[in-house]
Amino acid sequence: MSPPLYDWDTGESLTSEEERMIDELEAMLRPPALPMAPYPPKSILLASGEVMVVRQASVDEVDAMLRYIQPLVWLDRDYYDIVAARLFAELLGWKAHRVRDEYCLVGVIDGVLAGIVNGRMFDAKHGISFHTLTLKRGLRVGSHLFASKMEHHVEYLGQDEVWIVAESPIGHRRWMIEYPLDKKFEIQHELGGAPSWVLTRDTYFKAKSRLVTGTRPVSAELLARSYPLREPDLRTMLVQIENTLEARL
Amino acid sequence: MRDVAIIGVGSTQFGRAQWSLLKMMCEASHDAITDAGIGERKLDAVYVANLGAPRNNRMAGLASALVDRLNLFPAAAETIENGPASGASAIKHGLHSVASGLCDLVLVCGGERMQEVNNFEATEFVSFLSHRYAEYVYGVTLPALAGMFTRLYMERYGLRPEHLAMVAIKNHANGALNKKAHLRIPVTMEGILTGPDALNNNPWIAEPLRFFDCCPVSDGASAVLLAPAARAKEFQRTPVLIAGLGQATDTHAVHERPDPTELTAVRLAAEKAFAMAKLGPQDIHVAELHDAFTILEIAESEEAGFFEKGKGHQALERGETRIGGRLPINPSGGLKARGHPVGNTGVSQIVELVLQLRGEAGDYQVPNQPQHGFAVNFGGFGNNVIATVLKRGV
Repeated sequence: MSPPLYDWDTGESLTSEEERMIDELEAMLRPPALPMAPYPPKSILLASGEVMVVRQASVDEVDAMLRYIQPLVWLDRDYYDIVAARLFAELLGWKAHRVRDEYCLVGVIDGVLAGIVNGRMFDAKHGISFHTLTLKRGLRVGSHLFASKMEHHVEYLGQDEVWIVAESPIGHRRWMIEYPLDKKFEIQHELGGAPSWVLTRDTYFKAKSRLVTGTRPVSAELLARSYPLREPDLRTMLVQIENTLEARL
Repeated sequence: MRDVAIIGVGSTQFGRAQWSLLKMMCEASHDAITDAGIGERKLDAVYVANLGAPRNNRMAGLASALVDRLNLFPAAAETIENGPASGASAIKHGLHSVASGLCDLVLVCGGERMQEVNNFEATEFVSFLSHRYAEYVYGVTLPALAGMFTRLYMERYGLRPEHLAMVAIKNHANGALNKKAHLRIPVTMEGILTGPDALNNNPWIAEPLRFFDCCPVSDGASAVLLAPAARAKEFQRTPVLIAGLGQATDTHAVHERPDPTELTAVRLAAEKAFAMAKLGPQDIHVAELHDAFTILEIAESEEAGFFEKGKGHQALERGETRIGGRLPINPSGGLKARGHPVGNTGVSQIVELVLQLRGEAGDYQVPNQPQHGFAVNFGGFGNNVIATVLKRGV
């Protein structure tokens, strides 16, 4: 049973009528939700020989993710700051029920968080890609996770299009050029900035053999090792980006 | 001709630089000068190796700028551009200056800051090295030339993709031990070639070359300080003698060579260097070869005389080129993992060999106190090559 709500101004517990009004207000603040198919976990053998499990994250894991990515909000290299800050807000919004139909996938190596991707359903047939954050560099973790995100939209959520913008040159090369995506400049992506590009089902299936990979099902033992999310090795990542950045932590 | 010794070395972290090209070169040069312990002695000349600064960094006259920034007046200053062989070319000029008696103390610094431009532009500017009318205009990049070279090599000598991957795996493992390497990520055969996700981890770049067969685009600077061998004992570090140096050229367009799988300039440069050093391939204990593409380490190891032509991959299979093997090749990680700041590479190869011969390479030190080192700095696609033989002590 949840504790009674408390009026901080008067120091008194709320009446049942007051509690009902707050519940109604909260219900108005929460967006409506579409049914969303789950993303079945898969495993990817990386170039290093390590196995990365790609699975859906739950809201319960948001606090840990926020704690792990928070230092990157101040990393002004490779657009980590803007991506980490916006992802932080999106995850927080997801946890607080303030973003509509959001999902989050994580890449996990032996329990350690290696990368995060997220997005949402705009409606039943259109998806919006939010962000891709790589926490272990040099092994195409970001590329694999972005591909998994597209796989989720097209194959599991059953969508026809995913609207995408890039905030970094690396992202532009990876998504717009490597797939390649089509321009859909008449759509203003909700992340703002540049107009949207689009991944269609046709583009996705043409690129799938080249860019989408992974093995299913994931054994129960391997999947269990991906819980709970453990802290990424940001120190090594910062040295990879630039040796002098290690001092930032 | 006087014998010439390397009395000090220095180098920056490779990868992506936070600082300007000039600042990187200052750091490497300062380290080399400090390493040697030259005290109040004045430098006579400064040679700087660089390929892309005017285009990528909007800078020219780097040697003059370096002298000014480090207050090395009135040292003579000259910037050397000789494609990817610029580094060894600058060392050659330093060697000539000291050997001839014209100079006593000479600083040679290589520096390149390639990540100031994006990868497309970096590949484009390196492609300027190809033949303008026979190669470049048809879109032939250096990876494309290397891909065609590899295809022919495989057909002729039975080389398999596994052999290329073995070079990458070995050099990535070595690079993981080198704190200054650009890529410190060990990779596995399953991860880059045979595993279920290998094609996605390691996509084609220029078939049969894949992503992990190609060196990264790197920033970095390195420096060596040269002095007459007879005066080497005045300084604080174990001197390393430049025992031999040879240079040779080949046709600009690769298809004009009688046999495109022959790297004639590598063979001739190595022969000259060994002759000058009065040593042979069998005397070498450690080598740094120009593995801009994995195939090149194998091909150069054969042309230099370490292995019979077409048999280099078998030595690789036997583990002879690993740290601890009969002839460790690229213990630093090579261009593949330590990185390839193009104009700097020839200098950085010499820095790495000096560390090995002084026994100061740390985690990637070759065992059994190596006495002789060998480097190949490979310009263009083998059209201008410099080989160097180093010897511990004077």
